[in-house]
Amino acid sequence: MPDLLGLVAYGSFFLAIIGINAIGCLGLNLQWGQTGLFNVGIAGFIAIGAYTSALLTTPATTDHIGGLHLPILIGWLGAMITSGLASFLVGAATLRLRSDYLAITTFGVAVTVHLVTLNAQSLTGGSFGIAFIPRPFETYASQPAVFGLANLALIVAVVVVLYVGLERLVRSPWGRVLRAIREEERAAASLGKSATRYRLQAFALGGAIMGLSGAIHASFIGFIAPDNYLSSVTFQIWTMLIVGGSGNNLGAILGAALIWTTWSATGFFTGMVFPPEQQARAAALQIVAIGLILSGTIVIRPRGLLGERTTVSRHLNG
Amino acid sequence: MKTTVLRVENLVAGYEPGLPILNGASIHVNAGEIATVLGPNGAGKSTLIKAIAGLVPKVSGQVCLGDRDITDVPAHRMIGNGLAFVPQTENVFATMTVDDNLRLAAGVMRSKSALVRVDELYGFFPDLARQRRLLAGRLSGGQRQMLAVARALIVSPTVLMLDEPSAGLSPKLVEIVFQKLLEIRATGISILLVEQNVRAALGIADRATIMVEGRNAHEGAAATLADDPIVASLYLGASKARLPATEARP
Amino acid sequence: MNPQFIADGLVAGAMIGLGAIGVTLTYSILRFSNFAHGEFISWGAYATLLTAGLIGYLAPSSNEGYGPFSVGWGVLVAGLIAMVLTGLLAVLLDRLLFRRLRRKGASITVVMASFGASMALRALLEFLFTSSPRYFSRDLQIAVPVVPGIRVTPDQMALLGMTVTLALAVHLILTQTHMGRSMRAVSENPALARVLGIDIDHVIHITWLLGGALACASGVMLGLVVQIRPYMGFDMLLPLFASAILGGIGSVPGAIIGALVVGVSEAATVQLIGAEWRAAVAFLLLIAVLLIRPSGLFGKRV
Repeated sequence: MPDLLGLVAYGSFFLAIIGINAIGCLGLNLQWGQTGLFNVGIAGFIAIGAYTSALLTTPATTDHIGGLHLPILIGWLGAMITSGLASFLVGAATLRLRSDYLAITTFGVAVTVHLVTLNAQSLTGGSFGIAFIPRPFETYASQPAVFGLANLALIVAVVVVLYVGLERLVRSPWGRVLRAIREEERAAASLGKSATRYRLQAFALGGAIMGLSGAIHASFIGFIAPDNYLSSVTFQIWTMLIVGGSGNNLGAILGAALIWTTWSATGFFTGMVFPPEQQARAAALQIVAIGLILSGTIVIRPRGLLGERTTVSRHLNG
Repeated sequence: MKTTVLRVENLVAGYEPGLPILNGASIHVNAGEIATVLGPNGAGKSTLIKAIAGLVPKVSGQVCLGDRDITDVPAHRMIGNGLAFVPQTENVFATMTVDDNLRLAAGVMRSKSALVRVDELYGFFPDLARQRRLLAGRLSGGQRQMLAVARALIVSPTVLMLDEPSAGLSPKLVEIVFQKLLEIRATGISILLVEQNVRAALGIADRATIMVEGRNAHEGAAATLADDPIVASLYLGASKARLPATEARP
Repeated sequence: MNPQFIADGLVAGAMIGLGAIGVTLTYSILRFSNFAHGEFISWGAYATLLTAGLIGYLAPSSNEGYGPFSVGWGVLVAGLIAMVLTGLLAVLLDRLLFRRLRRKGASITVVMASFGASMALRALLEFLFTSSPRYFSRDLQIAVPVVPGIRVTPDQMALLGMTVTLALAVHLILTQTHMGRSMRAVSENPALARVLGIDIDHVIHITWLLGGALACASGVMLGLVVQIRPYMGFDMLLPLFASAILGGIGSVPGAIIGALVVGVSEAATVQLIGAEWRAAVAFLLLIAVLLIRPSGLFGKRV
């Protein structure tokens, strides 16, 4: 039954992409939902992770440096370290300033990272990107359904581990301090330097998770190029979190599923309605749709579908 | 019978819904008088004057200026109705010159006569005239207070409301500022003065209202209230503190 | 090093500066970084293009290059009309989106909304006009030497002149008119401004009108010197923020000087390293300011 197998392959691919987005979204939820830090450069941190992992895991090549052919897991770990470090540096430079400055700086990071991926040929392969990134379960690649399901299982496992870990973190004293800082700027000021330290930790960890999302995506697709990391990615992840419900890890995952489905559906729809030569143009309508969803949610239901669960009890506990 | 220029009845107001700070305050200001509102810290004096000015949301009650109901008039329209307000702190634009502070107030009236009024007020406050090019942020405490008062007078209001004009000033400066208030009253402008400095306020006021816990507790002619043992006990009882003296508070 | 980069940098700085004034004004009066400001530049340029097309249809002579310039009076008139339209677009966006969020009091949510609006507005342009570039004129201009080693086209000279005029006009509005004083007052202390009788909503409207109109002027210049495409404004965003912060946020002269620094640094980088790295210059300047002097050259508060 090739049709069924094709469907399974497509379905698992679709769900795997949702999982990868959910990982990025969980990273953002730690930064924004829990800590109130506004990151407009998500695409940049994802790209740093993707490229790190690609350089670490690809076989030896003359196209770019790297090609260390290390195990995939080492690539993912490396991705978390570089993205986390980049986030740490950005945070260290801006977290003591007004929140807008973090937004502007992270935006600049994304622009600059994109520039590096495009122009630093020897490091990133330039606009051609990096190909032949080893994929998990590569030996099953000839059987798309099995390959897809195996990868999906791996990605789901990562999402579950992250979810459980982040939930525990949120409920830990560390997580409570984060929310206290977010809620009460003045209380945060009284904590002084240590407040900045907590925020910095959350920002770096969130960035590392975004990097992991990029690395997994690179390993899953096997090919990366600069145009995978445009600001529209940042925008999608933000919409996922806001719609799902910022401050809620389950909301982050739900939002990823909903927005990716909407994205694909609108893509399918414009694909049917517009002739092939108008496709590039019609794709812009997808962004308009997501933009309207984001703005509408912020205005009408700022808590998203699943708002933060702990809000009430936190106020009661004072 | 004196005409009442400002009447506040049963005003309930507060910053957050369900947490009123004013619990039905009623006061009034008669034409050509200085009325003062006194009371211990936290009695709601400052909230009262800000609520009248439209800066604190009102829950219920009524505020009338002359015959006009101004309860729901937004803050920026109060001045056009003849009600001027001098806040306690940050009451001048520090990054603008003295002259720009006054011209700003004059500009709101959109008439040439308002600019003439700027020159009149320089005559009334000669200190300010000498410093018209100076940034307001560089003025001394007393001069800032004078500038804030002058700016409120640009529009020739019916009622001038002041929130603790003595705060942070030395006794000598308090005397100068309050002397100015008497001169202003002499021009026919009625004044509502909220004060912590009881002795100084009773010294110039015609009538005083004592507020406790968001409502008016006692009222009378300023001259008699100054020596009234009931007032002293009310005051002491509510604040559990000695009657504030005229000394400047830190 | 060829001194030509100075002229190129000043022209670029002029375009950035007109946008940065809007960013700095919105920031100081509404207290948020507007990520949609770049879109006013793009929308302004396209609005001018369309209006100029309409004028050209009605009066064909309007399209002929006037004197030594590459475009005719049609573009000038269209630009003025589009400045009003772009200002109104900014007011509309505020009405529909920002004002509602401002009332809820979460300032950083407004930044996020502006980011979303920026994506949607840009994508809409891409849908309407495709991503292929447009031009006001296909005429090639000959740059004339002004001082030894520096050549400037007549268009560039006119644009520099217009920028100086517009920046002066903004300066005069802010220092000499009641509206300008009101804007400064709202920026310093909105509560006191209300007490004085200043209608803050009105001041906010004027701020958007002014910011939108200046962004449009910047877009027209960019369209004349480079090209018109949906991403033109988005690509200006980082230089706009860098200039506003470098100059000290809230300061109009600071925004202009910051923009000139960014523009000249970019031009120098293009000459020394290569055009492909130009976009990183604004980022490096931004980081340098944030590390060394976050209040900028003329700013007071952060």
